[in-house]
Amino acid sequence: MVGATRGYRAFQAVNGFVLTVVVLVTLFPFVNIVARSFSGEQEIRSGQVNIWPKGFNLTTYDKVMSDAMFWTNYRNTVFYTVVATVIALVLTTCYAYVLSKRNLRGRGLLVGIAVFTMFFNGGLIPNYVLISSLGLRNTLWAIVLPNAISVFNLLVMKAFFESLPTELEEAAAVDGTGTYGTLLRIVLPLSKAVLATMLLFYAVSFWNSWFAGFLYMDRQELFPVTVYLRNLIAGATSGTDNNATSEAALQIAASIQAVTIVLIMTPIMLVYPFIQRYFVSGVMLGAVKG
Amino acid sequence: MLTAQASPSTSTEDPPDPPLRPRRRSWAQALRRDWQLYSLAVLPLLFFVVFRYLPMLGNVIAFRRYEPGGDLFGEYWVGLRYFRMFLADPTFWQVFTNTAVIGTLTLLFCFPLPIVLALLLNEVRTRWLKGFVQTVSYLPHFLSIVVVAGLILQTVSIDGVVNQGLRAIGQDPVAFIQEPGWFRTIYVSSEVWQTVGWGTILYLAALTTIDNDLYDQAKVDGANRWRQTWHVTLPGIRPTMITLLILNIGTFLAVGFEKVLLLYNPLTYATADVVSTYLYRVGIVSGSFSYAAAIGLFESLIGLALVLGANSLSRRVAGTSLW
Repeated sequence: MVGATRGYRAFQAVNGFVLTVVVLVTLFPFVNIVARSFSGEQEIRSGQVNIWPKGFNLTTYDKVMSDAMFWTNYRNTVFYTVVATVIALVLTTCYAYVLSKRNLRGRGLLVGIAVFTMFFNGGLIPNYVLISSLGLRNTLWAIVLPNAISVFNLLVMKAFFESLPTELEEAAAVDGTGTYGTLLRIVLPLSKAVLATMLLFYAVSFWNSWFAGFLYMDRQELFPVTVYLRNLIAGATSGTDNNATSEAALQIAASIQAVTIVLIMTPIMLVYPFIQRYFVSGVMLGAVKG
Repeated sequence: MLTAQASPSTSTEDPPDPPLRPRRRSWAQALRRDWQLYSLAVLPLLFFVVFRYLPMLGNVIAFRRYEPGGDLFGEYWVGLRYFRMFLADPTFWQVFTNTAVIGTLTLLFCFPLPIVLALLLNEVRTRWLKGFVQTVSYLPHFLSIVVVAGLILQTVSIDGVVNQGLRAIGQDPVAFIQEPGWFRTIYVSSEVWQTVGWGTILYLAALTTIDNDLYDQAKVDGANRWRQTWHVTLPGIRPTMITLLILNIGTFLAVGFEKVLLLYNPLTYATADVVSTYLYRVGIVSGSFSYAAAIGLFESLIGLALVLGANSLSRRVAGTSLW
């Protein structure tokens, strides 16, 4: 033990160094993007900007924030996120509650129907064909409905409901309260923590999603803001799908991309320190019985 | 069966129908007793049927001629024509190889590194420091993949920080994002950046469940720190490792489609184009839906086979499995 302490102290020093590097490497791109967003275009182009703005100015922010389409798309993101989160939360709660009833006949089948979709899914093309045939293109529902229940979230919630004591529900049943009343007045008030976690899980995933909007929306004024950003950076990878737009996109200033990225990240960054622990506890709850 | 249990929701209980088959009778009873519960499952089930199982059936267009705007399940049978077509398509094998390479590299780095980071974090004795490192390392997980792509592009751009470093040591700048030779490096390292921190959560949780007595016993036996890690810590998190390994293997071919789509370009197709992006271009951009659906079905089946295979292998070898 005496000999080990010295080696262990050396290990602790190395460990501290490694973790410091991890922290710096993780944070660097964020610092870099913020520095770029406040920098002048000339300074960025000549490769001078890393962690500190060069040629400090706010004109790029002005330019992006005065673009009406940016705000239209930003509002779309907020609207899509709110509607999708509410629907997802209601459907997930209902199904998770049903699945948590151990004595329910057919419960195994109901669980299996959900879990199977974790390991096998229809794939891109049949989904695309389905959404198009249902006439959901260019509607909010193309973004909301196909992702209305995440099976992972469902299992997290089911595990939580199963952990609740059954006595209260039994008492309510004796009093003649029906299932709906029990769920609304007894179970949900006890489930505020898991509801908050689910709300965050869904809200963040809908806020961040872009592909459904990219795939199913044809008109610019319907795009979520993530698609707005995608179209900006598509120019930077130089000429992906359609040459006509990418030529123009190539001209889009690096500083404009930086500002757009910062503006999209900001809401998540602001709430992140407060919500992070909910996510962590949610993941652990899901892992208990995944 | 239900005699002892009074059913509270129905006050006027009809005598049960004469039992033809006992199974049927108890379903009828269950429905009568729990209809409110079942009614809560109706909309979610509708969701699963329409948006999950219908697309699975929709894969039938891989065997049928599909006309855009025509019938959801295609016009007429063509048998295995589209499968023969893609199996004879050299581009398919190119993207299949790319997928396998990127998938393997991702597995190689993104599976073990969270374990290493979790073990390192576990040795941090200062509580706030540990919390701080965790908070920072989870951060990239919460970003939209579009934002991640934007961050990657600015980092590796001509004026980005990597090229600044190259210039500082007197090298010529490299247009990384247009070089096929760099795509895998960019893909895997950004994947590590985004997932390693978040990946530690389950391991850290598993580490807290290891009994401290085991460490004390190991010390009594004269085990030093390394040996304690090897003989106590690693076996303690083994079930978590196996579970995550199985899940990782199952999604092995489902290489981050959205990220590749955002980062690749015709110049890097040689290494960057994967099965999912190829079928996206063939199917949705060019309109060969049936052909793309055949490729997609093939990919899904391989994914399912991988998960089932990994699961049964780990059950036999390690005695742990997902189900």
